[in-house]
Amino acid sequence: MLAYITRRFLYAILILVGVNLLTFVLFFKVNTPDDIARMQLGTKRVTQEAINKWKTERGYDKPLIFNTKAQGMGMVKETIYFEKSFEMFSLNFGRADDGRDIAREIVHRAGPSLALAIPVFAVGLVVNITFALIMAFFRASYIDFVGVIVCVVLMSVSGLFYIIGGQYVMSKVLNLAPISGYQDGFAGWKFLLLPTIISVFSGIGSGTRWYRTIFLEEMVKDYVRTARAKGLSEFTVLFKHVLKNGLIPILTGAVVVIPLLFMGSLISESFFGIPGLGSYTIEAIQSQDFGVVRSMVFIGSALYIFGLLLTDISYTWADPRVRLE
Amino acid sequence: MEFPFRPLFLWTDVLVFLLTAAVIVYFMRVRRDVNQRATWLRALRNPSGMASAVILGLFVLVGLLDSMHFRPLLPPQAAAAGAAKAPPAAKDAKDTKAAPAVVVSRYAPTALSVLDVLLRPFNLEGERTYSEPLATHAFVKENREENGRTIRDFPRLKVAAQHLKDPVSDWAWDVTWRSAAGLLLGVVMTLVATAGLVGLLVRHPAQKGLSYGAIFSRLWSNQLSMPWRAAVLALGGALLLAGLVIVLAPVYHVLGTDKVGKGLLYLSMKSVRTALVIGTLTTLFTLPFALLLGIAAGYFKGRIDDIIQYIYTTLHSIPSVLLIAASVLILSVQLESNPELFATAAERADLRLFFLCLILGVTSWTGLCRLLRGETLKLRELEYIQAAQAFGVAHFRIIWRHILPNVMHLILISVVMEFSGLVLAEAVLSYVGVGVDPSMISFGTMINAARMEMSREPVVWWSLTAAFCFMFVLVLAANLFADSVRDAFDPRTHIR
Repeated sequence: MLAYITRRFLYAILILVGVNLLTFVLFFKVNTPDDIARMQLGTKRVTQEAINKWKTERGYDKPLIFNTKAQGMGMVKETIYFEKSFEMFSLNFGRADDGRDIAREIVHRAGPSLALAIPVFAVGLVVNITFALIMAFFRASYIDFVGVIVCVVLMSVSGLFYIIGGQYVMSKVLNLAPISGYQDGFAGWKFLLLPTIISVFSGIGSGTRWYRTIFLEEMVKDYVRTARAKGLSEFTVLFKHVLKNGLIPILTGAVVVIPLLFMGSLISESFFGIPGLGSYTIEAIQSQDFGVVRSMVFIGSALYIFGLLLTDISYTWADPRVRLE
Repeated sequence: MEFPFRPLFLWTDVLVFLLTAAVIVYFMRVRRDVNQRATWLRALRNPSGMASAVILGLFVLVGLLDSMHFRPLLPPQAAAAGAAKAPPAAKDAKDTKAAPAVVVSRYAPTALSVLDVLLRPFNLEGERTYSEPLATHAFVKENREENGRTIRDFPRLKVAAQHLKDPVSDWAWDVTWRSAAGLLLGVVMTLVATAGLVGLLVRHPAQKGLSYGAIFSRLWSNQLSMPWRAAVLALGGALLLAGLVIVLAPVYHVLGTDKVGKGLLYLSMKSVRTALVIGTLTTLFTLPFALLLGIAAGYFKGRIDDIIQYIYTTLHSIPSVLLIAASVLILSVQLESNPELFATAAERADLRLFFLCLILGVTSWTGLCRLLRGETLKLRELEYIQAAQAFGVAHFRIIWRHILPNVMHLILISVVMEFSGLVLAEAVLSYVGVGVDPSMISFGTMINAARMEMSREPVVWWSLTAAFCFMFVLVLAANLFADSVRDAFDPRTHIR
């Protein structure tokens, strides 16, 4: 068990190194700092001096991987790779284009992101599983049939329409909740109400349908037939046997995304004016702040890899049959 | 000799036509193969599969028409006038220099498509700003001079509803009779199409010896071998709308106009091609990676498997939106610094669309790759492949002859299932600012432009509604079609 987890941990670190190298190649090799400088300063009529000044200010004026002018460890340390990419492992992300420390900003913004992401995740899971169980209980009846159709219809609407339409109906026509904004602490619940409802609603179609398939696949298995054969009611079969066994793939699937909740949601945060990491990322993309985008790619990947590690562990916990050599 | 137009092949056009050719070749092979033919017929035997196939076919037709681009020949006097009009200071030394350039090219610098030409009678151009669907007056008040006084009211539209003498009293009657005529036209077109279908069915060996009437009544009560009634109903719905558009659109803005006075019907129709290109070309780019790496990993196992698994786990670890955003940012820097790659704005937008598909493809092959690896791992242990290996058949030949045909259903299912997700993703990416070129007409740019209009007072609801309806029908049809294809091709569904 311990050996297994250690091995997965080492593999996770190897993947993180791969992500780090990949982002480095993308951001500095494909796109040289000169290109970025020219982009930031305006493409036409930029002198080489202006570009060099821009690079020096931001520390891009060093060699990429190997510094021949420096001494000793400096040959490796005084390079763009070490300062801009390798330093991320020690959670040192440098400064954004507006001069603020990226790591500090991330710590500040994780709170609002979680305040929206956790309720959406938890409520969504409960709602989707409930609907899926109802449809599985009434399988091959009109309730199931209509449910599947509703799911497909809900799936076919773009998430943007849910947000725009929801904001319009709930805030503008019915005046039920503020259209956007954020406030720290419990007093801010009314700002989170609308984004939570809309995010949960927009996920119902695909989520319910996915869980329904899992339950239906579970229901043709042998142990279910045994349970019915020994005279258990359909209700008991579904809630005591199928639900427990169906939860294994659902929970292990959910564990992967739990660490990613920190990243928040790109779209709903920016629509609802929540100052989380999602809206931070969007702002960075729109203002072409490569430093922030690079940091978010690294953090997102690290969190996902952490989620994979958690999944591996949760398998051993949820399903004792999983043998780990 | 001068042609009235010069064809223009954009990057995505070429790929779209290659893809169409590949699909045609594929279906010709399916026709010859008994098993594949039966499976495809099973996908269409489902009424929702049949109806959605018809609707998707219409969308594809629009997309193909919109992929045939050309540059029209400028009439000589217009070219000269254009040159003289371009700079306001007419008799400048600069102007005489600019004039020959225009005359030499002679072909308009903008790209038109066949769809543009077909839609021209139904797309009134020249409004200044918003107007409601079927409106006679503008949506925004304007100042105008009348008898020396300044009046502020809603002006008549510039090009729409010009035939009405008194818009207030004539409008209701005009719209009513035109709608009725349009619906009647739709019904007639549907009947003609049905008659054509019955005519084809009479000749088909499956309906041997049946009269026209018998086939028609069986079609209507759904007793034929295929659910033709669903096809006729779907086509009929589309033709009814087409009839309405044919009668109403030459004199009204059927779906209203947007902020700069462009007809939303036209914008929605043009968005279809962008959506289709993103949905299909992206999968085209994912296939080589997923196929080669997935099958190689599963077939050769060992070191190769380790390396490939490492590659796709690494790529999959990066949140896809961020990876796409980073790649598109880098792409826009590259496009910015290499302006010699494209001559016109249309080519620039097209190049960006092409690379967007490429980026989406490169970032999204991991799922299918994992699936193919797992399936190949299972297949390679089966007796017939063991036998082939024992006979000394080359690896490549085993993969080509024995593995590839047996994973084909997975590839097909994943291609059709991915399509609708990609169409939806385009809208989100355009919102984030890493989607298609802002000058390219797409659902994403339409929604993006319409987003702020919902908070206007009074609300401009029609641009969002137009984008919503077209996108919803396209994605719903794609989802339903994907479902019936999956049900037909996935061996697991037959158990239930």
